[in-house]
Amino acid sequence: MSTQAITPGTGEPIAFYVTEEEHVHAGHSTMLGFWLYLMSDCLIFAALFATYAVLGRNYAGGPSAAQLFELPTVALNTAMLLLSSITYGFAMLEMAANRKAGTMIWLVITGLFGAAFIYFELHEFAGLIAEGATPQRSAFLSSFFTLVGTHGVHVTVGIIWLITLLVQVGQRGLTDDNKRRLMCLSLFWHFLDVVWIGVFSFVYLLGVLR
Amino acid sequence: MTLSPDLLKFVFGRFSLASLPFDEPIVLGTFIMVALGGIALLSVLTYYRVWPYLWREWFTSVDHKRIGIMYCILAFVMLLRGFSDAIMMRAQQSMAFNGNEGFLPPHHYDQVFTAHGVIMIFFMAMPFVTGLMNFVVPLQIGARDVAFPFLNNFSFWMTVGGAILIMMSLFVGEFARTGWLAYPPLSGYDASPDVGVDYYIWSLQIAGIGTLLSGVNLIATIVKMRAPGMTMMKLPIFTWTALCTNILIVAAFPVLTAVLALLSLDRYVGTNFFTNNLGGNPMMYVNLIWIWGHPEVYILILPAFGIYSEVVSTFCSKRLFGYTSMVYATVVITILAYLVWLHHFFTMGSGASVNSFFGITTMIISIPTGAKIFNWLFTMYRGRIRYEVPMLWTIGFMVTFTIGGMTGVLLAVPPADFQLHNSLFLVAHFHNVIIGGVVFGVFAGINYWFPKAFGFKLDAFWGKVSFWFWIVGFYFAFMPLYVLGLMGVTRRLNHFDDPSLQVWFILAAFGAFLIALGILAFIIQMVVSVRNREALRDWTGDPWDGRTLEWSTSSPPPDYNFAFTPIVHAHDAWYDMKQRGHTRVTAGYFAIHMPKSTGTGVILAGLSTAFGAAMIWYVWWLAAVSFVAILAVAIGHTFNYARDYFIPVEEVIRTEQLRTTFQAAE
Repeated sequence: MSTQAITPGTGEPIAFYVTEEEHVHAGHSTMLGFWLYLMSDCLIFAALFATYAVLGRNYAGGPSAAQLFELPTVALNTAMLLLSSITYGFAMLEMAANRKAGTMIWLVITGLFGAAFIYFELHEFAGLIAEGATPQRSAFLSSFFTLVGTHGVHVTVGIIWLITLLVQVGQRGLTDDNKRRLMCLSLFWHFLDVVWIGVFSFVYLLGVLR
Repeated sequence: MTLSPDLLKFVFGRFSLASLPFDEPIVLGTFIMVALGGIALLSVLTYYRVWPYLWREWFTSVDHKRIGIMYCILAFVMLLRGFSDAIMMRAQQSMAFNGNEGFLPPHHYDQVFTAHGVIMIFFMAMPFVTGLMNFVVPLQIGARDVAFPFLNNFSFWMTVGGAILIMMSLFVGEFARTGWLAYPPLSGYDASPDVGVDYYIWSLQIAGIGTLLSGVNLIATIVKMRAPGMTMMKLPIFTWTALCTNILIVAAFPVLTAVLALLSLDRYVGTNFFTNNLGGNPMMYVNLIWIWGHPEVYILILPAFGIYSEVVSTFCSKRLFGYTSMVYATVVITILAYLVWLHHFFTMGSGASVNSFFGITTMIISIPTGAKIFNWLFTMYRGRIRYEVPMLWTIGFMVTFTIGGMTGVLLAVPPADFQLHNSLFLVAHFHNVIIGGVVFGVFAGINYWFPKAFGFKLDAFWGKVSFWFWIVGFYFAFMPLYVLGLMGVTRRLNHFDDPSLQVWFILAAFGAFLIALGILAFIIQMVVSVRNREALRDWTGDPWDGRTLEWSTSSPPPDYNFAFTPIVHAHDAWYDMKQRGHTRVTAGYFAIHMPKSTGTGVILAGLSTAFGAAMIWYVWWLAAVSFVAILAVAIGHTFNYARDYFIPVEEVIRTEQLRTTFQAAE
């Protein structure tokens, strides 16, 4: 820092410009930016939860939550998603140790758990629709399918993203860029897990109590 | 051989030749004019071979300054569209008396007032504000660009995509006839089965994604990319208001996305969120949309407050009075913005306690806002006031906005609101604060920062003409509406029976005509300034004796903004540097790391617009194809790892030496 001027009064020299070459740090704002995006996504879920809270008992003479929900299926479903979060954690540990193969194996396992979650969810939806409990039947079912379905769409996007990252890690290895991307997907994946805990307690557990 | 109707339906969805406005002479005339004008413009651009230049230097640019300027151009074009809607409404209402039905049939008139509201808020005010923030914020904090330059370009083109859809609705099919917030059940499928509401939904969804991402982008920029030494309490006040606005954007727009998605489900899938049967509840929509909608008005006004603060302090040559209280006032408004949404529908019937709560929180907002007005007044007190054009807009704002604020407090009283809601009093109130607050602020900002963006000042004479026409026109246009509202005239009426009201509507129409002259004067101001640019040229980069960092670099700033990142020691950093006798560094340059231009933003936004159009017209194959294409392009883009480059040191030296030469010539 060479450019200096004199502060009037004190006579103390002061630097006004950074005159050294700067370090290149691409993507140093990415984690903050992605976190902000997640919070905005969280608000979409908040709006859907609020809608479910307001409309969730408007059965309109149709089936109620207690009649429809089968907790064993949902428990299995929840287990799949929780396990996928743990395995994603293992992938991140492998990444921290710079082990490409280990990272990729755990990512594949995570993706499979995610796919199983989606499979069970679609299975549940298909069963409900076959019983006549369609999204059109009542405001309760509209808000139920939308809340749970939006979560499912997010998990699906997460799986597509995970596959993309598998290809990119395979091609380029654990570069800084790829590590950052894996970190973002990690945040996203755990975020969906947290949202699911909300769905599980608020929609399913409270639902069967009613 | 004739084409089977099934095939036609598959290929074109519900679009047919009957969707074109052959039977509506006004729309058809406009369409022919726009088409001719558009073809003429395109031909000129093609003839002079400007396309490659535009594509390379502007459309694909990730430079925050160029994106900011493009936002402002978009906003101005949409201002013209929204204003033509306004003047049509004023003309209609001033003549539709005594059995005269005017020239706009109700079917058309309803679309006009809906389009006017939607365009003015989403495609005029928002792009102006976003454009100014984009241009100014990185310069004020001493950064080279925003945190996510590609996302910035993408956001802009998504906003353009939404604007294209809404413009398309003028000529292909029709727009919503629901009012600017599209309340169900009127906006539901049963009451509005045509394409109007779908145009509304998809143009807002597509533009909304852009707005949300630009909100994330600017927060990350302000939090992460400030010059060394610039602590939060040394942040220029405009950047503070930009930060609060973008926090509001990130915290409010997702709710709009969600509620419009639910409305689309009702319309496309047949769910029952907001219907009147099978358990649906339309008031849920009204609550949700205002949980977005009220913060939205603060999203618009806070940056305008920031502009006024910069302008007052610069043109009074004084440090802003009460900087700290200004920051706290801004933050308090940000928080309170979320606690008042119910005042938009006191008549919902939520009971005295709930209404009292929201009435009181609404009144409390006037306290930090009042503090701001006093801060500006005290900054002017004993300042050396220079009555340049930005300062005129600021003073016009202080008077006008105070009146609008007082009628707002009046409306916040629930019993009064029961009488005044849905009346022209309300219409007068929100135009009073949005024109007197946001639009005046935008004009102050344009006149203030134009020399920074283009290197020459705007012509002051035509600027003053524009200001006086606007402000006088505003009072003529909206004071009569207060009177009419107090007499009980409700909003959105197509024609009237009581002839005694007509004189007020004629006065209002005269006001709109004056505002038209104000807009014309602004256009003349631009043309005259460009023509006289050599006389208005500013080589110093600091034409107003500014106080913040954007005035420390050249006008227009180089691609990299600052050859050396400034170090900040005080609030009003550039003023501080000038006071301490700083000298420009003219040696020791180095190559500068910058983001690369990319066309992906344009392509993604184009595909999204195609997707929106396909959904509006039920062209399912096109929707599917464009959706898959969006995914493919987005994923493909992530395989591009080479997103940055270095501006070679020779180029930096050349650019900076040029500045030295010009400064010496000054």
